[in-house]
Amino acid sequence: MSSSTAKPLKPRPKHLNLMKIRLPLPGWVSIMHRLSGAAMFLAIPLILWLLDKSLGTEIGFDVVKELLALWWIKLALAGLLWGFLHHFCAGIRYLMLDMHKGIDLASARMSAGAVYLVSIPLTLLAAWQLFL
Amino acid sequence: MKQRIIVGAHYGFRDWLGQRATAVLMALYTVLLLAVLLVQKPSDYLSWYGVFSPVWMKIATLTFIACLLYHAWVGMRDIWMDYIKPTSVRLALQVGTLVWLLACAMWALKIFLQ
Repeated sequence: MSSSTAKPLKPRPKHLNLMKIRLPLPGWVSIMHRLSGAAMFLAIPLILWLLDKSLGTEIGFDVVKELLALWWIKLALAGLLWGFLHHFCAGIRYLMLDMHKGIDLASARMSAGAVYLVSIPLTLLAAWQLFL
Repeated sequence: MKQRIIVGAHYGFRDWLGQRATAVLMALYTVLLLAVLLVQKPSDYLSWYGVFSPVWMKIATLTFIACLLYHAWVGMRDIWMDYIKPTSVRLALQVGTLVWLLACAMWALKIFLQ
């Protein structure tokens, strides 16, 4: 990447203090989209195990049913559901942006807000069904 | 053998498009699954087993899993490329990711074809 005629550069200024950097809303949607994706990647074996157990035998089904009755398991599942719903809604927003719909700054900020306005109530609805 | 392009323009386009295509397919399956669950309302082992016993549902579910593999691979590869600079560490993580996903795929085959 360096040219033979380049002058020696001073080290470039760099600011990586995450606690001080203020991210705009679309930025939050973006990093949460990535984090939720990574979290779901790690959770795939868990989900597969639940499916394997519950679909395998009637006893396995009962085991899973008992597990899902535990409050902290429900909480973890609700968290995973939020990750999924956020990833899903943010993904729809990205597909729209890929098609060049709503790419101006004002629309992009509004759609970023919409991702939360849709995913959070849906998560609460799903959680309510879980904890019912 | 035709020269593989790994830098410059057009490299990455296939994965970019594949990630979007698999996203749409998975979204469709999600709606399908939700509809099936709302209609059949499985409450015990037999009805739950019944959700996934039709062949078309097994095929749809395994297609979803196949899409998930590719989609997750592109996503995780992007994450490693963005944050892991040392090549040997990145390579190890990429191989690990692929092994993880392939193992999940084989487990899914076992679950839905047993």
